Amino acid sequence: MKGRLFTKKEWDKALRELSKSQKIFVPAKEKDFHNFTVLDNNMEPDFDFQNTRLSPKSIVFPQSERMFEYTLDETSPDAHILKEAPKDFPPQAVVGIRPCDAHAFQIVNVNFDNPEYKDPWWVRRYRATTFVGLGCNEPCSTCFCTSVGGGPFSEKGLDILLHDLGDRFLAKAITEKGIEFLDKIGSGKEASEQTLKKAALEAEAALGKISSSVPTDRLKEKTEIELFDAPFWEKIAFPCINCGTCTYLCPTCWCFDIQDEVFRKEGDRIRNWDSCMFPLFTLHGSGHNPREKKVQRVRQRFMHKLKYYVDKYGNGVACVGCGRCVQFCPVNIDIREVFELMNGY
Amino acid sequence: MLEYTAKIREIARGLLEKGTVDVFIGYRKGSVPMMNEPVLVTDPAQTDVLHWDSHCGLNLCNYLTKRTDRIGIVANGCNSRNIVTHIIENQVKREQLYIVGIPCTGMIDHRAVKRAVNGKEIKGVQENKDTFLVIGKDFEEKFAKKDFLQDNCSVCRHRNPVEYDEMVAEPVEEQEAEDVFADVKTIEKMSPSEKQDFFTQLISSCIRCYACRNVCPLCYCPTCFVDESQPQWVGKSIDPVDTMTFHLLRAFHCAGRCTDCGACERVCPVAIPVRQFTKKLNKDTLELFQWEAGLTLEQRPALDVYRVDDYNDFIL
Repeated sequence: MKGRLFTKKEWDKALRELSKSQKIFVPAKEKDFHNFTVLDNNMEPDFDFQNTRLSPKSIVFPQSERMFEYTLDETSPDAHILKEAPKDFPPQAVVGIRPCDAHAFQIVNVNFDNPEYKDPWWVRRYRATTFVGLGCNEPCSTCFCTSVGGGPFSEKGLDILLHDLGDRFLAKAITEKGIEFLDKIGSGKEASEQTLKKAALEAEAALGKISSSVPTDRLKEKTEIELFDAPFWEKIAFPCINCGTCTYLCPTCWCFDIQDEVFRKEGDRIRNWDSCMFPLFTLHGSGHNPREKKVQRVRQRFMHKLKYYVDKYGNGVACVGCGRCVQFCPVNIDIREVFELMNGY
Repeated sequence: MLEYTAKIREIARGLLEKGTVDVFIGYRKGSVPMMNEPVLVTDPAQTDVLHWDSHCGLNLCNYLTKRTDRIGIVANGCNSRNIVTHIIENQVKREQLYIVGIPCTGMIDHRAVKRAVNGKEIKGVQENKDTFLVIGKDFEEKFAKKDFLQDNCSVCRHRNPVEYDEMVAEPVEEQEAEDVFADVKTIEKMSPSEKQDFFTQLISSCIRCYACRNVCPLCYCPTCFVDESQPQWVGKSIDPVDTMTFHLLRAFHCAGRCTDCGACERVCPVAIPVRQFTKKLNKDTLELFQWEAGLTLEQRPALDVYRVDDYNDFIL
């Protein structure tokens, strides 16, 4: 299938209709920025955005997730027995996800769903999610997706790719899941050759609008120890305040920490996003922390993304070039400069 | 303030060349508009990276904690007051420091600028004396700096450094802010339940990244209470009660120490006006103890000493 055309009005109406039977996440403006929010009658989706402040990773991998529950009540036959917290994983869709963020889900998926490990919550939620992407006609000046295996109209990780043509969306189904979703939305109109050509030209033009690039070609050939011992880490780390902005905004940061929370005799086992920036990250029960200092934690973040991941999965870097950390790092640590330093070392 | 850059470079070069200091802490121009990066310079030949403009809204005092070397540092009014607080709290010694004083005319509120251009992407900001030009893909707009000051800068009464070894320029005129605490007074008038709603709403988007805490020079505890894990003091999920506990306790920990530098608010990735917590405590310490943080090395802070005439109406 080449593509179906929907007027934005039709699209909005169909999405709202579909939102009655399944959860649909759409970008919406809150305060000065956009974030993905569940579509309902009380809100207006806004597809006129560059990217959401927070990445959509929480839709599949919530910041806090109750995994198990238990009781400490000795009189209960279930005392001290962990039970999976009941929840279901009905079909859901993320509509308007940018290609970089969809690419990120693929990058993270190899960690949570591989022959060795299958994270039960990630796997079920990821498989239940339809990713409806929105190509970037106007990439930001901090975007560098094209250097890291993506592009403003990349189809990686997407089930459908939307192209904003002003008053209409051109929708292209990429997977079976995508075809099913489009069927639910409605038939739309078959796009003419002329429209498809115009869209292709626009996508081509968007590619040319990516003004940032990073080098990655030499990352693989270096040994871990060479990069680990490189002299530039102190300098990169100096301004870092070890907050979680970069890791929490990042679409590919997947680290989590598991905590027990008990109220009286009832307990929950919760997993929360963790951040390699935090002092609790990798703190051992003994009190020892192999990454006690700021510089070690900063190095961990970049080594994980640009070296360990590269070596372990042979899948490129664990960065999609969305530019969130570049834009919002409180102290302006710019990952593009770290790419240069690591690749050029 | 742009003319300060050359002077800062010159002073830093001299200090490093003469060996008066081992390191110099300042800003270098950022890689994205309205952002600058703290930088540590050790080589006199590298001092040309140093930079100053109206986007130096972090607090460099943060980088002094527990350093043992001799340090040159740029400091405007609020930063210098934090340095004084740091010295009083034994985080650094006065003798270690060479403070290059910056008479400050305030920092530009990057969010207000983005709002003013309707959220369009800003590719560059060129500052001129009292104005700045915002450049985007197909637009250019000129604004007056005074209309875009960070909220804390617009009510600042200590623009000039209180402690310094050398000034980069003559002091600037201090502002007579009409009412520094107008916003706090509005909240004070609320009923307890309205206050609860106000603050709950205020932090509803908090992601517990701790940027507000970590950017603050006052937060230097070896282990913050939220990071205690044996036993755990506060839940680490995004449960609203835990998040509120963090914000309230963080604020109380800053009582009588906060200089309203605004770094916490500036860096919040989800734009929470966190100064609404600390400002109330600044108002209380001013009204009840006639105390403003960091104005002098000669006096112990209000919450650090007992005086028989201390405010004690809260004792039943």
